[in-house]
Amino acid sequence: MTDESWTVALVRQSDVAFARQVAMKAMTAIGASAIKKTKFVTAVSEIARNAVIYGHGGAITFRVVGIGLHRSVVGECTDRGPGIADMQLALKDGYTTGSGLGLGLSGARRLVDRFDIISSAESGTTVTLESAAR
Amino acid sequence: MSTSGSSPIVTIMGCVIVAIRDDLDDREVLMLQDQLVEEVARVKARGVIIDIASLEIVDTFAGRMLGSMAQMAHMMNARTIVVGMRPAVAMTLVELGMTLDGVETALNADRAMSLILGRRIKPS
Ligand SMILES: Nc1ncnc2c1ncn2[C@@H]1O[C@H](COP(=O)(O)OP(=O)(O)OP(=O)(O)O)[C@@H](O)[C@H]1O
Ligand SMILES: [Mg+2]
Repeated sequence: MTDESWTVALVRQSDVAFARQVAMKAMTAIGASAIKKTKFVTAVSEIARNAVIYGHGGAITFRVVGIGLHRSVVGECTDRGPGIADMQLALKDGYTTGSGLGLGLSGARRLVDRFDIISSAESGTTVTLESAAR
Repeated sequence: MSTSGSSPIVTIMGCVIVAIRDDLDDREVLMLQDQLVEEVARVKARGVIIDIASLEIVDTFAGRMLGSMAQMAHMMNARTIVVGMRPAVAMTLVELGMTLDGVETALNADRAMSLILGRRIKPS
């Protein structure tokens, strides 16, 4: 059991790199495999970057849930941005309103065991990513 | 090994070689791309070798940089070869949907060198 959590403020680009480092630490803490680590940290990178670019900044919090072999890392990324008006469209491969490839959201969703996204114009966007150790 | 966020770039026999240090932020990725393009032009390079063995993750931003680096080098008549990609990174890129079109890969820098130099001495 653990109440431990790590929060990284997401304001500028370099904070995204810091969020990746913390995500990697959390995955290492649960003894995750190389592939699970790489997938989760890559998903975190995409979601954290979106929060900085489109979400006017925010924060991502990591915590370890479960016990023993069933532990996983949950990352919750919240921003104060304008939200995503058309979620179905935003989750499509190749859809972008910026200069990206439009693979961030859709790709991140494929890389984790659980992907939840809640978004509104009033409260911004919250993305939850979860990955088990194996 | 490196100072203030820059990965050392060396040129050997017309090959511009860089070993990316772990975890560059987006700004550092773009700076590195600029430096590589400048070096390719300066030495009239035949090839660019990008060693990503120390990278545990390559996301859409870094992946896009590898792709555009290959395109830019191509327009300057240089070949880009990425070496040292970890299996987990390759799997993740595929799941992301990043195909890295136009980016060649090789096992290590030695192999990449001989690929590039081999082409160079081939009669035209
Ligand atoms: N946190 C967010 N707040 C507001 N809009 C967002 C947010 N995240 C994503 N979006 C919207 O969803 C679109 C798709 O996001 P996605 O990450 O898939 O692609 P991208 O960021 O445009 O490109 P890539 O991530 O491939 O570089 C974005 O262009 C943007 O319009
Ligand atoms: Mg994105």
